[in-house]
Amino acid sequence: MATQKNRGALSIRNVTKIYDPEGVNVMAVDNCSMEIAAGEVCMIVGPSGCGKTTLLNAIAGFHSITHGEILLDGELLCGPGKPKADQGAERMVVFQHGALFPWMTLAQNVAYGPMVQRTMRKKAALEKARDMLAEAGLGDVTDKYPGEVSSGMSRRAEIVRALINDPKVLLLDEPYRAMDALTKSIMHESLLETYDRTKVTIFFITHDLEEAIFLGDKVHVVTTRPCQLKKTVTVDIPRPRTFETQSSEEFRVLMEEVNEAVHEEAIKAFQAGERELA
Amino acid sequence: MSQTAATTAIPQQSKAPTGLALFFYRMGKSFQTPTPYLTILGIFLWVFTWWLLCEGLRVDRFDKIPGPVAVSKDLFSTTPFQGVSIFTENYWNHIYVSCWRIAIAFSIATGIGVPLGLFMGWSRRIRDYAFPILETLRPIPILAWVPLSILMFPGFEAPVIFLATLASLFVTTLNTMLGVDSIDEAYFRAAGCLGSSNWDIFKNVVVPGALPFIFTGLQISIGVAWFSLVAAEMVSGDHGLGYLIVDSYMNNVTVPMVIGMITLGFVGWLTSVMVRMLGNWLMQWHVKALALQGR
Repeated sequence: MATQKNRGALSIRNVTKIYDPEGVNVMAVDNCSMEIAAGEVCMIVGPSGCGKTTLLNAIAGFHSITHGEILLDGELLCGPGKPKADQGAERMVVFQHGALFPWMTLAQNVAYGPMVQRTMRKKAALEKARDMLAEAGLGDVTDKYPGEVSSGMSRRAEIVRALINDPKVLLLDEPYRAMDALTKSIMHESLLETYDRTKVTIFFITHDLEEAIFLGDKVHVVTTRPCQLKKTVTVDIPRPRTFETQSSEEFRVLMEEVNEAVHEEAIKAFQAGERELA
Repeated sequence: MSQTAATTAIPQQSKAPTGLALFFYRMGKSFQTPTPYLTILGIFLWVFTWWLLCEGLRVDRFDKIPGPVAVSKDLFSTTPFQGVSIFTENYWNHIYVSCWRIAIAFSIATGIGVPLGLFMGWSRRIRDYAFPILETLRPIPILAWVPLSILMFPGFEAPVIFLATLASLFVTTLNTMLGVDSIDEAYFRAAGCLGSSNWDIFKNVVVPGALPFIFTGLQISIGVAWFSLVAAEMVSGDHGLGYLIVDSYMNNVTVPMVIGMITLGFVGWLTSVMVRMLGNWLMQWHVKALALQGR
C-alpha cells in the first residue's frame, strides 16, 4: 500500500472536556497537550476511567471538546467554534469490544468502507477485501460471519477493515483487553507487522504496560481523572521487535520507569473510587 | 519404537450436510435425545386427562363437553354427526376465511409497524411525535375497539380485519423500536467512521441490527393477531374459526366448537413457525452465532 510517512501528525493542544451528567460538572480531560508525529506509534497509558477514551472520542468525532484544539496534519479537527470533529475515514477507530457488523461476513465488513464512500464498486471492493484478509492470514474465513470466528481473528479483521480505507491515523481503544496473554502476544506481532508495512500513525489506548512498551515509539502516561499528560517515555528499542524483546534488559528498565509513574496514578484512581465514564 | 504416538483417526466427513440433508441429520440427532419422547408423552398425558374427565369418569359438568373420542370420531368422519369434519367443505372454508383475514391484517400491520418502529427508534424526533400516542392507545383492550370498528367500517369483513391489524400493529411497532434501541452504539460509530451517509446507516446498521427483535415481535404479533381476530369474529362475523366456535355454542353442538378450538391451535402454531423460519432464513448470521453458543 502506498503510504507516505509524512502524514498523520496529530496535535492535541490544551484540550479540556467537561461532562455534565445530572447537573454536576465532571472534568474528564484537563488542559491536556501532546504532539504525535506522523507515522508514530503512540501509546496512552493510564488508570481505568481516567479519560483516555474521552480523548480518543474527541479525535474520532464521537464527542465534542470544551476547550482547546486538535489538529491533524495542521488542519483543525475540532477547536474554538467547532467543538465536535466530523467523522471520517482518515481516522479509523478499532473498538474495545469489537464492532464488526455481525450481520455481514468478514469480506463484506472490510469492503463496506470503500463501498459507502463510493471509492470502489461492490465487486472490486469485495475482491480487494478478500486479498487484504488473505494477507492478514484470514484467507480461509473471508465468507464467515464475525460470530463464527475467534475473537483474535475478528479483531484482526477489524484492523483490516480500517486499513482498507488507507487512514492517516488508526485509533485503538484497548482492543486486546479481553484476550488471554497468548492470543494477545500473537495480536501484537501481527499489529507490528502491519505497522511495518503501512507506517500508519497509531494512537493506542491501553493499561497494559508491557503492551505499551512492546508496541510503542512513545509511551504517554496520563494522570487519573481529570486526564493530563504526566510523563512521556521514549522507547528506543529498534524495530522489528519480536517477543524476545520483552525479556531484554532495556525493556525491563523502561518497564520500571513507566510502572513508577503509572502506579502512583493507579493508587489515586483507586482511592477516588470513581466509575468509568463512557 | 516402531510407531510414533498413536492418534485417533477422525472419520472423514465428505461434506457438511446442507438443506434437506441437514434437516434429516438434525432429526436423527434429536431422536437420540429425550426431547421427542417427552413431547409425545406430554401430548398423550394431556389427551388422557381430557378423556378421563369427559368420557372416562364423566365428572360433573365435564360430561357436557365432548371428549377426545367423540371429537376425533366426528373430525375424521365423512358423515359427521354434528356437521363438521375434515371432509366437509364448510370446515375448510372457515379455516380459509380466517387465514385470509390474518394474512391481510398481518401484512398491513407489518407493513406499517416495522417502518414506523424503525423510524421511531432511529429518529428522536419521530419518536417524540408518535410514542406517547402509541403508549396511550396500546393499553386499550382490543375488545374495547369493537363498537368503534363496527361504526367506522361497513360490512363484516373490514371491522374484523381492522381489529386484528390494530393488535398486531402495536406489538410489531414496539418491538421494532426496541430492536433499534438494542443496537450497540459502537456499530453506529463504526459506520460513521467508515464514511456512511445517514441512509447507509439506516440500511446497513439500523435494519439488520433490529432484525432479531423484529422477528421476535412478529412471532408475538401473529399470535396476537389470531387472538383478536377470533374475538372479533365471535362478536361480529359471518365465517371463520371464531365464528364457528361461538355459532356451535349458540346452536348447542359442542363437537364443532372443540374442533374449531383445536384447529385454531394448530393453524396458529403453523403460522408462527412460518414466521420463525422466514426469520432464520433472513438472519443466517444470527442463527450461526447462536448455534455456536450451543443454543
